[in-house]
Amino acid sequence: MSDFLTVKDLVVEYTSGGIPIQAVNGVTFSMKKGSVLGLVGETGAGKTTIAKAIIRVLPDASTKKCEGTVELDGQSILDLPEKEMQKVRGDKIALISQDPMTALNPIHSVGEQIMEAIQAHEEVNKKEAMAQGMELLEMVGIPKERFLNYPHEFSGGMKQRIVIAIALACNPELLLADEPTTALDVTIQAQVLDLIMKLKEERGTSMILITHDLGVVAECCDDVAVVYAGQIVESGNKFQIFHNPSHPYTRGLFNSLPQFAGEDRRLHPIPGLPPDPSRLPQGCYFSPRCPYADDVCRSTQGKLTEIEPGHVCRCHKCQNRKEEGSI
Amino acid sequence: MNTPAVEVRHLKKYFEVHGGLLHAVDDVSFKIEKGTTMGVVGESGCGKSTLGRTIIHLQDSTDGQILLNGEDITIVNSRELKKIRQQMQIIFQDPYSSINPRMTIEEIISDPLKSYGWRRKELSDKVTELMEFTGVEDRLRMSYPHELDGGRRQRVGIARALALDPQFIVCDEPVSALDVSIQAQVLNLLMDLQEKSGLTLMFVTHDLSVVKLIADNICVMYLGQLVETSSTKRIFDMPLHPYTKALLSAVPSVDVDHPAKRILIQGELTSPINPKPGCRFLARCPYATDQCREPQQLAEIEEGHFVSCCRVKEIN
Repeated sequence: MSDFLTVKDLVVEYTSGGIPIQAVNGVTFSMKKGSVLGLVGETGAGKTTIAKAIIRVLPDASTKKCEGTVELDGQSILDLPEKEMQKVRGDKIALISQDPMTALNPIHSVGEQIMEAIQAHEEVNKKEAMAQGMELLEMVGIPKERFLNYPHEFSGGMKQRIVIAIALACNPELLLADEPTTALDVTIQAQVLDLIMKLKEERGTSMILITHDLGVVAECCDDVAVVYAGQIVESGNKFQIFHNPSHPYTRGLFNSLPQFAGEDRRLHPIPGLPPDPSRLPQGCYFSPRCPYADDVCRSTQGKLTEIEPGHVCRCHKCQNRKEEGSI
Repeated sequence: MNTPAVEVRHLKKYFEVHGGLLHAVDDVSFKIEKGTTMGVVGESGCGKSTLGRTIIHLQDSTDGQILLNGEDITIVNSRELKKIRQQMQIIFQDPYSSINPRMTIEEIISDPLKSYGWRRKELSDKVTELMEFTGVEDRLRMSYPHELDGGRRQRVGIARALALDPQFIVCDEPVSALDVSIQAQVLNLLMDLQEKSGLTLMFVTHDLSVVKLIADNICVMYLGQLVETSSTKRIFDMPLHPYTKALLSAVPSVDVDHPAKRILIQGELTSPINPKPGCRFLARCPYATDQCREPQQLAEIEEGHFVSCCRVKEIN
């Protein structure tokens, strides 16, 4: 099967007070139709920027550079004129943003907001749009009687489901879900994840799921890409990543989880902090925090190298360590 | 048996709101033994933070008793309060809004000491000691909070809470605003502190993996009430209350080979304003029957394991 989405050498640079901020530094990945890719990493790693670049909603004022290629189903997206892009956005690619509380417009009923999305892309009259909208609401588990209620009349979990309903209005082929459950309680998170997975199975929607929660990744994703300082440092299918995490950063992430504490109850976190994207270090971006780093790491960047079929890792030491067989 | 460090008996905290009385904490009783950690878990709005704040007198309780080392501190005047404040402190959830942005790190940490009449010289030494203890670099002494990242700010909050050598600290979601690698650093610090100084902790959190690691005992709260309490091991090995079961199964597991079976509960939290007398989990509970409309009592099902559910024996 050919790749459905290909992102190649994506570079995004913001500017803040004249200082360049290197948010995304050469991200390359591809995904198959109908699969779910998890983008994992900590705050500020550039996960959200990658999603925003794909759907082209980066802030105009502060974005200095957005280069590389993004191809969806063979169509190159980054150089489309804005008018063309508007047709793609919402119709082919949709975004579920992180915070359901601010994603909805407080002065319009949720029904109007769902209808707006439908009417922007389909030639339907008001009545049909309303019927479709109500169907969408029911699908995400909200009674259609509440079509004309306003956002403040819903709870957080319901608002997030409404945002999902809007994103699904035109049956997109690619759904970008940016931390869709982070603001929700666990029992509500379970409901929303269940809904997202059901939709994926029923509609065959491809999905990029951005999250910092490795539990969510383990449950929902087929493939995983670990993002650090605007680069993918490791990617593979979820079994490869969870069974054989190879990049020192990926291992550090796993070791930080309370679930992986040893008998002494002590965690083994990564020392230090992620680098400042306006002052990235020389060589491998992880080298200042890496216990294995040597002079080579501190002077040149590693390349994404395949360590088993489909499993790549950006680390000079990966090959050696793989030979030693140490995990 | 030793006197528990902290004990609450039938504690209630109601707020008057538009539309009635909000039952934030409703008849909660438990004990925390010296040097142990009590984890308080539940979802947002279940009253877990209010419980912590009420115990340390950041707000007055509506009814019930609070005991510190066996001494009733439910009703105290401002002089007595100042005395007991030395023994009880709090670490807040948000390291960005819980420290004053216009004070230097040194000022923030020494502020509690100043109000207890410490002299300048002693103060400076104590701040050095506290910063070293919590792993805040000395070069940051004269910095302002905006120059620090979230993890360091939370360490400053911890140093401030430790300044008066308290015996009991309420940790109100101290790591939930932090990334996992930073969260791990702060959790290690808290566990080290407890080992070194025998602190008693009440750890309020919604993150079950964190509580499993750090707590000796757990209270599970739902809409202001305690629905289940026992040792951490018992709660995780054999949860008895339907809500606890659902809560535990809702946490996404990092085990890719054995996906957990999930108990999906329908609906969301009902309103805590003027709640009905019956079980508060009724509307979402898969086992609910008519007898659940009666008020529920916390009953000891096995030694040290209390559950508030009238059908607990039938459903387990």
